[in-house]
Amino acid sequence: MDVELRGITKRFGPVTANDDVNLTIRAGEVLGLLGENGAGKSTMMNILSGLYSPDEGQILIDGKPVDFEGPGDGIAAGIGMVHQHFMLVPVFTVAENVILGVEPTGRFDYLDLATARKQVRDINEKYGLQVDPDALIEDLPVGIQQRVEILKVLFRSAEVLILDEPTAVLTPQEVEEFFGIVKSLRDAGKAIVFITHKLHEIIEIADRINVLRGGRITGEGDPKTLTENQLAEMMVGRPVSFDVKKGPFDPKETLLEVKNLVVLRENDEIAVNHASFHVRSGEVVGIAGVQGNGQSALIEAVTGLHHVTAGSISFLGKDITNASARERHRMGMAHIPEDRHKSGMISNFTIYENMVLNTYYDDRFSNGPNIKWPEVLKTAAQYAIDFDVRTPSVYLKAGNLSGGNQQKMVVARELERETKLVIAAQPTRGLDVGSIEYIHSRLMDARDEGDGVIIVSSELDEIMSLSDRILVMFEGRIVAEFDATAGPVDKNAVGLAMAGAHE
Amino acid sequence: MAAVSTTDLASADKLETHKTRQARIYGFVLIGLAALVAIVFALESAGEATFRLSHPRDTWVVPNLVVPAAPFNFLAAAVLALLGVRQFMRGGSKWSMISIAAGCAIAVAAFLVWATAGKSFSLTGMLSATVVAAVPIALGGLAGVLSERVAVVNIAIEGMLLAGAFTGALMGSLLGGWGGLLCAVIVGGMFGFILAALVVTYRMDQIIAGVVINLFVLGVTSYVSSQVFSEYRALNNAPVFRAWKIPFLGDIPVIGSVLFNQNLFVYGAVILVCVATYYLFHTRYGLRARSVGEHPRAADTLGINVYSTRYINVTLAGMVAGFGGAWFTLGSVGRFDENMTGGLGYIGLAAMIFGRWHPVGALMAALIFGFADSLQQKLAIVRTPIPSEFLAMAPYIATIVVVAGFVGRSRPPAADGKPYVKE
Repeated sequence: MDVELRGITKRFGPVTANDDVNLTIRAGEVLGLLGENGAGKSTMMNILSGLYSPDEGQILIDGKPVDFEGPGDGIAAGIGMVHQHFMLVPVFTVAENVILGVEPTGRFDYLDLATARKQVRDINEKYGLQVDPDALIEDLPVGIQQRVEILKVLFRSAEVLILDEPTAVLTPQEVEEFFGIVKSLRDAGKAIVFITHKLHEIIEIADRINVLRGGRITGEGDPKTLTENQLAEMMVGRPVSFDVKKGPFDPKETLLEVKNLVVLRENDEIAVNHASFHVRSGEVVGIAGVQGNGQSALIEAVTGLHHVTAGSISFLGKDITNASARERHRMGMAHIPEDRHKSGMISNFTIYENMVLNTYYDDRFSNGPNIKWPEVLKTAAQYAIDFDVRTPSVYLKAGNLSGGNQQKMVVARELERETKLVIAAQPTRGLDVGSIEYIHSRLMDARDEGDGVIIVSSELDEIMSLSDRILVMFEGRIVAEFDATAGPVDKNAVGLAMAGAHE
Repeated sequence: MAAVSTTDLASADKLETHKTRQARIYGFVLIGLAALVAIVFALESAGEATFRLSHPRDTWVVPNLVVPAAPFNFLAAAVLALLGVRQFMRGGSKWSMISIAAGCAIAVAAFLVWATAGKSFSLTGMLSATVVAAVPIALGGLAGVLSERVAVVNIAIEGMLLAGAFTGALMGSLLGGWGGLLCAVIVGGMFGFILAALVVTYRMDQIIAGVVINLFVLGVTSYVSSQVFSEYRALNNAPVFRAWKIPFLGDIPVIGSVLFNQNLFVYGAVILVCVATYYLFHTRYGLRARSVGEHPRAADTLGINVYSTRYINVTLAGMVAGFGGAWFTLGSVGRFDENMTGGLGYIGLAAMIFGRWHPVGALMAALIFGFADSLQQKLAIVRTPIPSEFLAMAPYIATIVVVAGFVGRSRPPAADGKPYVKE
C-alpha cells in the first residue's frame, strides 16, 4: 500500500505546525523522518492516523484521496501508529491490549480471549515478535511493550506502520533486535515510517530520508550517501558540532560518598540495591541504565526526596543520610529533576517566582515573613539573561515557555548560587539541539569550576559524550563502571551492562 | 524487576520493609485485642450465651448453640495473643492480612458472647438482618464500581440513593410498587446522567459535582417531605415488597432464612452484582469501559469513544443507585423520611474501595458493614451494658477501621477522578 501526502498544512492558533508538506510512503520501504522536537513530525503523523484533520492538503492512498474524520479512520484504512508514549493499559494482559476496540466476541457479547490468544500467537510467529499473550503489560520490560504496540497495529491488519521515536526507551542491544523486527516487517511488504532525531539510527535503518524543520520538509536524501553532519545541518538549519568542550580532567577531593545504599519502593520492591559510589570535585559521573532500573530512586535518595532504608550518604564529609532536602540544598547540592513539569517548576507560577523557589527564604530575598519582590524581579531578570531564557518578560507564566526555555530556567535557578555538586537527571530530554548544546556547556562549566556533576540519562550518547566516569545501573545495582578519561568507552560494553549481561 | 526477591534481601539484611513494619503494627493491634478480650470480656462474662439458630415453626429445627461465656472468651484471648506474637516472628508478615482479619472476627465473636452471656440471642435473625442491611450499601458500592471503573469518582451515590428512596415512596404511592421501583431507577439514572454531563462534558471537579447533587437532592426531598408529605399523607404511603421464600432452598436451616427468604431487593442486588461482574470482566463493552478508566488516551487512539463510554456507565451507575435507594422505602418501611439514607451512600463508597473496585468485593464489604449495622440493632434489643447510642456508631466505626487499615493497598483505576481532554 502506498500513501501520499500532498500539500498538508496544519495550524494551531497562530502556530503553523505543518506547512505545505509533501511526502510519499511506499510499500516494502522504510522511510526515515528526521526532525527535532517541535519540527512537526508528530503533528504530521497524527494527521496521517486520523487524530487531526489537516487545514489544507490531501491524503491519497494508492492514488485515491481519502478523508479521515477520527482516530479510528486511519487504522481502518490500514495506517497504524506506534506512539512514542505507549498506549497500553498496564493492568491488562497483552491479548486484552491487542484486541481492545476490535474484540472477537461470542454470544452475549462474551469476550473470546481464546481466539484472541491464538491470533496473537499467529502474528507473533509470522514476524518473530515472541510476546506471551497472557503476560500483564506492567510486568513487561519496555522493549517487549513496544512489540505489543506493533502487535496491536498488525492485529488491525495495518499495511503502513508509523513508528514515533521507537528507540528512545531501548538499550543498544534492544535497538538491534528492534531493527531486526522492522526489517522483517519491511520484507513482508509493509510500509514503515520511522520517526527519530537520532542520526546514526536513521542512516542504519532507513531506505529513504526526509528531514523536517519548522513544519516544512527541508531535505530529502539517500542514507547511503548522506553523512551525519549533513543530516544534522538539514535538521537544525546550521552546522552543529557534536563535541562538548571541556577542560582537562583534574579531580580533587571527594564530595559525595554513597555507601551500600538501599532504597525500597512503596510496594517493598527494591529500587536501589546496595549501591556504592563516590563523586569527586571536578569530575562528571554519568549514570547509564534503561529507565526503571533504580536511577530515579537513587537520585531521589541522594537529594533527600526518598526515604533511605539502609546505607549511608555523606556530602562534604558530613553524614546527610537523614538530612532534609533543604539542608542538602544549602550545603551546595543542586538538583535538576528528571521531570521538570512534575518536580522542576510550577507551571502556574511566573518565571520570577520559579527562579527563587529554592532561595526565597534567604535573607537576600526575604525580610522576615515578607518577600522582597523588587529584589527577586531584578535577580530573576538577570538569571534569565545569563542563562539565555528567551522570554519577553519574567512576568510570564513558566508554563508558557517552550520546553528548552523552561529547562534553562530550572538550570539557572539551580546553578546561579554557590554549588558544590550538580545532579542533573535527564537534563535535555525533549529539548531542541540549541538548548541541548547550551545546557551541556553549562554543566561542563560547573565541572571545570570544580563542582562534582552527576548526570543521569536514558540517552546513552549523552552519557558517553559528557562523562569522565560512567556507572551502569541494572535492577537497582551498580553493575559496571567505565573510565572515560583514558580513551573512548566501548559503547557495546556499556549497552551489555545496561541489559544486565555483565555476569 | 522481580528478579531480586525483597523478602530474601530483607531477612538477610534485617531491613525494615514496609511489610515488616505493617506486620509489627498488626501484631500490636492483635495483642491489644487479646488484652481487651481477656480483661473486659472474659472476666466480666458469667453463665452461658445461648444463640438461637431457628424458629420453632421452621420445617427443620436446629438446636440452639450454647457457649460457656468465660471459657470461650479466655480461649479467644489466647488465640488472639498467639496470632499477635506470631506477627513478630520471622515470616509473620506473610500472614498479616489473614491474621488481622481472623483476629477481628474472633474479637467480634468474643464481644457477642460477652454481650449475650446469661441471655439468649437469635443468631439467624441477626444474619438475616445483616443481609438486608447490606443491600443499600452493596448497591451503592456497585454504583461506585460502575462509575469509577470509567474513572468518574461518584460521591453522588448518597444523593442518588436518596432520590431513589424519595421517588420510590412518591411514585410507589401513586402507581404501586413496581411503578415506584421503575421510576426510582429512572430518576437515579437521570442523576447519573447529570453527573456525567457535569464532569465529562463540562469538566467540573468530580467531587464538587457530586456534593452539588447530594445537597440538591437532600434539599428538595427534605422540603417536599416536610411541606407536602405532611399535608398529603397518601403521597407518602407506598406498598412494600414482601419477602418471597424460594421453594425448597428457603427451608434449609439457617442459610435458608438468611439467604432465600428475602425480598426483591436482596435477590436484585445479588443478580446485579453477577451481571456487573460478567459485564465488566467478560464482555467487549466491559473491557472497553475498564480501558477508559485506566488509560483513556489509549482507548481514544483505538477508536473507543471515551465520553460516551463514561456517560453510559455513569448513567447505569445512577440506575443501580436508584434501585438501591428504593430499598429504603419500597423494600422496608413504605414511607420517606428526611435524609433517611443517613450516609449509607458514603459507606457504599467505602465498600467499593474495600472491595477493590470489584462488584463481588463491594458486595462482601457491604456484608461486613451490614453485619456491624444489624449487630448494633439486635444488641440494642438484648440490652447490653453499652449504651445504645454507642452501639449505633458501629457501622461508621467499621467504615473508619476498614478504610484506614485496609484500603492503602488497593489500587483504584489509574485515571480515576481525572477528566479526559481530547487533544
